[in-house]
Amino acid sequence: MFTSLSDRLTATFKNLRTKGRLSESDVNKTVRDIRMALLDADVALPVVKEFTHAVRERALGAEVSQALNPAQQVVKIVNEELVAILGGSTRTIRFAKSGPTVIMLAGLQGAGKTTLAGKLAKWLKDQGHTPILVAADLQRPNAVTQLQVVGERAGVPVFAPEQGNVGGHDAVGPTGEGTKSFGDPVAVSRDGIREAVNRQHDVVIVDTAGRLAVDENLMKQAGDIRAAISPHEVLFVIDAMIGQAAVETAEAFLEGVDFTGVVLSKLDGDARGGAALSVAGVTGRPIMFASTGEGVKDFEVFHPDRMASRILDMGDVLTLIEQA
Amino acid sequence: ARSNTALGQGLLALLSRGDLDEQAWEDVEDTLLTADLGVEATTQLVDSLRTRVRVHGNADEATVRGWLREELVALVDPAMDRTVVSSRVDGRPAVILVVGVNGTGKTTTVGKLARVLVAEDKDVVLGAADTFRAAAADQLQTWGARVGVPTVRSDREGADPAAVAFDAVKGAAELEADVVIIDTAGRLHNKVGLMDELGKVKRVIEKQSPIDEVLLVLDATTGQNGLRQAEVFSEVVGITGIVLTKLDGTAKGGIVVAVQRKLGVPVKLIGLGEGPDDLAPFDPEGFVDAIID
Ligand SMILES: Nc1nc2c(ncn2[C@@H]2O[C@H](COP(=O)(O)OP(=O)(O)OP(=O)(O)O)[C@@H](O)[C@H]2O)c(=O)[nH]1
Ligand SMILES: Nc1nc2c(ncn2[C@@H]2O[C@H](COP(=O)(O)OP(=O)(O)OP(=O)(O)O)[C@@H](O)[C@H]2O)c(=O)[nH]1
Ligand SMILES: [Mg+2]
Ligand SMILES: [Mg+2]
Repeated sequence: MFTSLSDRLTATFKNLRTKGRLSESDVNKTVRDIRMALLDADVALPVVKEFTHAVRERALGAEVSQALNPAQQVVKIVNEELVAILGGSTRTIRFAKSGPTVIMLAGLQGAGKTTLAGKLAKWLKDQGHTPILVAADLQRPNAVTQLQVVGERAGVPVFAPEQGNVGGHDAVGPTGEGTKSFGDPVAVSRDGIREAVNRQHDVVIVDTAGRLAVDENLMKQAGDIRAAISPHEVLFVIDAMIGQAAVETAEAFLEGVDFTGVVLSKLDGDARGGAALSVAGVTGRPIMFASTGEGVKDFEVFHPDRMASRILDMGDVLTLIEQA
Repeated sequence: ARSNTALGQGLLALLSRGDLDEQAWEDVEDTLLTADLGVEATTQLVDSLRTRVRVHGNADEATVRGWLREELVALVDPAMDRTVVSSRVDGRPAVILVVGVNGTGKTTTVGKLARVLVAEDKDVVLGAADTFRAAAADQLQTWGARVGVPTVRSDREGADPAAVAFDAVKGAAELEADVVIIDTAGRLHNKVGLMDELGKVKRVIEKQSPIDEVLLVLDATTGQNGLRQAEVFSEVVGITGIVLTKLDGTAKGGIVVAVQRKLGVPVKLIGLGEGPDDLAPFDPEGFVDAIID
């Protein structure tokens, strides 16, 4: 049922055997295939439009190639453009020159922040750092407990002065209204940094509650946390399965907390992960890490080239081109 | 309704120009794609609308908008049965199993659904069959306490989830409860071992009692992968309904259109927030209006 870009382009290739100039109709047909494949891969529509426009311009102006047929030439351009956006500014954590390096995590509900906190801590610890985790999600039921377990699995301490939402102390009353205040995440974050300084930890990772792009109060709270702790890195964690909501979400978090890097989570699934292109394309922030499982070690540095061929399912197409 | 949407502008432009140019149709298409309807459903809808406009000769904006709404509502199929079994069946508690990929809102949905049922004076028992994720059972137990229902759980991390599910169903029968809701660990549908484990949870429960509902929880922000999730979960545990969560954000959850069509499984409930009262029945017309208005 699912027609991949490879399938589509292989069909296009058959009809475009002649080598020579890229005619406008060759380019249009291939660009249309690519548009469909990008949408199937969940790349957000505004990014698809911008991208296919750029590819079309470049393809029409391209030098005549001796080695490649027209469709192949377009695909080569597509791949180059994809890798350029995804890997435009690849880098790893920027450490503080003095005092602890402060890393804040932010993202939608359920994106994988708390799990990432453990992975990042373990990864840094294995490199000789002495990270501490700070439990600043006081909202989701037992988020603090969860971080404590995660910290234990990673073998790093957790600063958790408040237990947050536990044991049903906001039990639904006769009015039907539950209470919503479980403490002050801004104060916890600030105290967490002080704790790290006092106990001489060289990295502090602050886990925050999930929040929606449209939730102004919670977005402001995230901004307040950022202002209180002046993080060196704010990592935006985004689920690789996300669809068209990626752009609005990324823009809202960029405005709300001005993140410095992106982590793509749940890449162990079979989603194409067009979100990577959406977020990188719209915000220009580098994708730094990939989260690839529920375990504390399922974490890697992001590979732009792998992601490019994953999004467009271009593995064999690229091989074809290399062989041409 | 916002009038500055791509669709509104598209249709207005279409009207003022007096004929349907490609830009106008592209705007219609964009609206549907942006709602995660997917290329296939979008293309079909736009094609059928184009045919209708051609046959009709000239149509004004309101008419075309009405047709689009009509076709979308038909796609979402208001005739489907969207009730959730939640009263005793044949003298035993109703059994609801909640499944889905990681982080979609399963545990929260179990808590909110329990809240709805408690408000209907039902006796509810929760089963914490997620013995895997850090503090998953604690999270469910907090939900139980929030809405005032007991939670059956294991105190041991990594306990057999099927055994916990079995105990919960058995416990509910002994308590003569009306309904027992079993929360399971999030798992990606492409992980064969984890999907086998879920199949086992189902089979072990069935030694104690038939299962009345298997609810698949889908996150509204999910893109085209949602269909694959639904297909695989359906193969493994035979889902009877979808819960579409996080509709309080900007995502429209358009992927459920394909899911309903391909699998014939209705969306039954929607999640509208993190609080105990943020669960509602799925309303096809409201869903469609959120896409096109
Ligand atoms: N398969 C897989 N599951 C993941 C990955 N990252 C996180 N998860 C799972 O996704 C679910 C949600 O992860 P959390 O870390 O709790 O997400 P969160 O962003 O902290 O969620 P909130 O605090 O509720 O906003 C859990 O079941 C995790 O085990 C990943 O890379 N792969
Ligand atoms: N805004 C919003 N948040 C929700 C909704 N449903 C759940 N959440 C949040 O999403 C996050 C994940 O919810 P959970 O119920 O833990 O998800 P889960 O599917 O049980 O996750 P795992 O068990 O880790 O796979 C939490 O932060 C919830 O508060 C909803 O309808 N709207
Ligand atoms: Mg969390
Ligand atoms: Mg859960």
